[in-house]
Amino acid sequence: MAAHGIATQHKQGLSNGMLGFILFLASEVMFFGGLFAAYFIARADATEWPPENMLTAEQIARGVKLEVEFALPFIATILLVLSSVTIQFGVLAIRRGDRTALIRWLMVTIVLGLVFLTAQMYDYSQLHFRAGDTVYGTTFYTLTGFHGAHVAGGVIFMGVMLARSMAGQFSAASHEAVEACSFYWHFVDVVWIALFTVLYIVK
Amino acid sequence: MTSIVIPRPEGYARPRSALLDWLTTVDHKKLGILYLYSTMFFFGVGGILALLVRTQLAVADNSFVGNDAYNQIFTMHASAMLFLFIIPVWAGFGNYVVPLQIGAADMAFPRINALSFWLVPPAGILMFSGFLVDGGAAQAGWTAYSPLARGLGPGMDLWIIAVILLGVSSTIGAANFMVTMFRLRAPGMTMFRMPIFCWTMLVTSVLQLLATPVLASALAMLYIDRNFGGAFFDPNGGGNAILWQNIFWFYSHPAVYIMILPGMGIISEVLPVFSRKPLFGYKAFVFATMGIGGLGFSVWAHHMFTTGAVLKPWFGFMTFMIGVPTGVKMFNWLGTMWRGSISFEAPMLFALGFLSMFLIGGINGTFSAAVPVDFALHDTYFVVAHIHYVLFGGSVFAVFAGLYYWFPKIWGRRLNEKLGQAQFWLMFIGFNLAFFPMHLLGLDGMPRRIATYSNESGWEALNMASTVGAFLIATSMIPFIVAVIAAFMRPKDQPNDPWNANTLEWWTTSPPPVHNFDDLPEVHSERPLFDARQSGAGH
Repeated sequence: MAAHGIATQHKQGLSNGMLGFILFLASEVMFFGGLFAAYFIARADATEWPPENMLTAEQIARGVKLEVEFALPFIATILLVLSSVTIQFGVLAIRRGDRTALIRWLMVTIVLGLVFLTAQMYDYSQLHFRAGDTVYGTTFYTLTGFHGAHVAGGVIFMGVMLARSMAGQFSAASHEAVEACSFYWHFVDVVWIALFTVLYIVK
Repeated sequence: MTSIVIPRPEGYARPRSALLDWLTTVDHKKLGILYLYSTMFFFGVGGILALLVRTQLAVADNSFVGNDAYNQIFTMHASAMLFLFIIPVWAGFGNYVVPLQIGAADMAFPRINALSFWLVPPAGILMFSGFLVDGGAAQAGWTAYSPLARGLGPGMDLWIIAVILLGVSSTIGAANFMVTMFRLRAPGMTMFRMPIFCWTMLVTSVLQLLATPVLASALAMLYIDRNFGGAFFDPNGGGNAILWQNIFWFYSHPAVYIMILPGMGIISEVLPVFSRKPLFGYKAFVFATMGIGGLGFSVWAHHMFTTGAVLKPWFGFMTFMIGVPTGVKMFNWLGTMWRGSISFEAPMLFALGFLSMFLIGGINGTFSAAVPVDFALHDTYFVVAHIHYVLFGGSVFAVFAGLYYWFPKIWGRRLNEKLGQAQFWLMFIGFNLAFFPMHLLGLDGMPRRIATYSNESGWEALNMASTVGAFLIATSMIPFIVAVIAAFMRPKDQPNDPWNANTLEWWTTSPPPVHNFDDLPEVHSERPLFDARQSGAGH
């Protein structure tokens, strides 16, 4: 019988690394699932939403208003969805072996991610409620905050990909980390679309 | 029978200083041993806390430790035993055994594996450092219900962060185990030829991957409530205190299967070997394990019947349902032993201890799943009896079955048989003396988590019996420790397969070389070593 190595890597289909990464993303889905559950239960419990009736006299005196701006988050949403497209262009480029284009698209995507984060910070600074102002404030800042942290994580991830590609790594045959990075970024994007829908659109 | 020779480059294992080697190792066997050492350490710490609990409750109107200290002690006892002992001890066995059983050289992601382990000791230190801060360690019970947990001192925050870290450890560990078993099996080993212990680790990993992040989200919410004025669990701000219970148990009910399934896997390795028969109904066992895993996600609210805020008939029914695959396993085990040529070495004794004690734990659990019964028994010592019959009578007996069984493989020496028998009988008697009276105390209405009770309650005799039992369990650790020390003082003399076992870990040397296998037999069934013996091959 021919000598087999001990199996360390499957040759076809998903690589071990990608499979592991997808499992990691599944656990992330469950994490956000828990947060979304909390949000839906809070809304289901509320007699009105936003729950202005839960505000104390002290909070009203402080000028707390439970309302969000729509325009800026909407623009940020469009940019984030666009950034999913740009990173995919990067992936398609490196699949052809075009590292220069990958670098370009990574830069564009990183800028879009940073613009999103800046817009979120600015949006936070304009709001008239804090995390402690009823469960509305708590869920809003927790959900968007954890998502924002994931955007920041994604920007760092892309930064590493950018540094590695500028150092001459990745080729048409070997660019798994870039694929994983794009998976992560799409995941962050999809979570945001769900968040934007429930936080800003569904009344 | 041909075997498969594995080519190996020269000079792949350069010698390093032993300390540096243990601190930086990515070898699944060394990490497995580190897991076993650290979890057994926390087992000892949790055990000492249990003795404090039992000493406080030994007599009525006792003021041995005081109320606040008592709350911290029972909380940390449960937290250490569940989060720092039982859950990671399976990762320890899994780390050592799974790659060997499937004929792999290591886990799929050795460095992530090292990260999984190295999150455990800091988390343990963090959790126990609560004793040093103002207000003491966490004291809201391991379930940390709101509003209680929202209002305690900083020890609670340390507890939250520690549990999140342990959650990260087991989540990434779970992904690692899954990829390892999906991708690194030896040639010929299909999924349905995987050893049963691997199957139980696989289902456990799926539960960990999907349930643990939900706990992390609940803990994040609790942390936000406590530190940033959040209102998740505060009805005054529109939040919902029951929300904590729902999310916590959505994790923690699957988590009880995380705590027991690998134990079932271990005894399913031990029973066939010491009955000289194949496991009866291998596939039925696999599907029952999957069934328990799946149903495990649909029963969480049976912990919350008395809140009145859950759909009681549904969760009661689903809880009865989960008894079905568990019953299937009972028949697997009994059928395995039926007309077998049984010998009663220490691993077998502990496996039989599991079988009988887990049966009681299963029955009193299903019993409390009946909604009206649960209303009477909720938060009484009956529940404490139940959890200890499944987690001590089940999981801890399985841990010792696994230790006696795999000790020759891991350390190349055998634990003294007489000491093993002594440990088993002391532990078995002590266990029943400690926990059986709790059924009666619970039926008589003694609430759990009370620091003391009046001498008019009539609970003193049973509590004293329980305390004597707890100290008997502690005594049973003496023969074990003596056996371990005695074994380490002897040379490594164990053959590859001292038990005439069935699975691949017994093909290689005891202990195995860094690379695990120099060659592998062809795998044609779930018992490759049995096949090899039958065809006269082997070493």
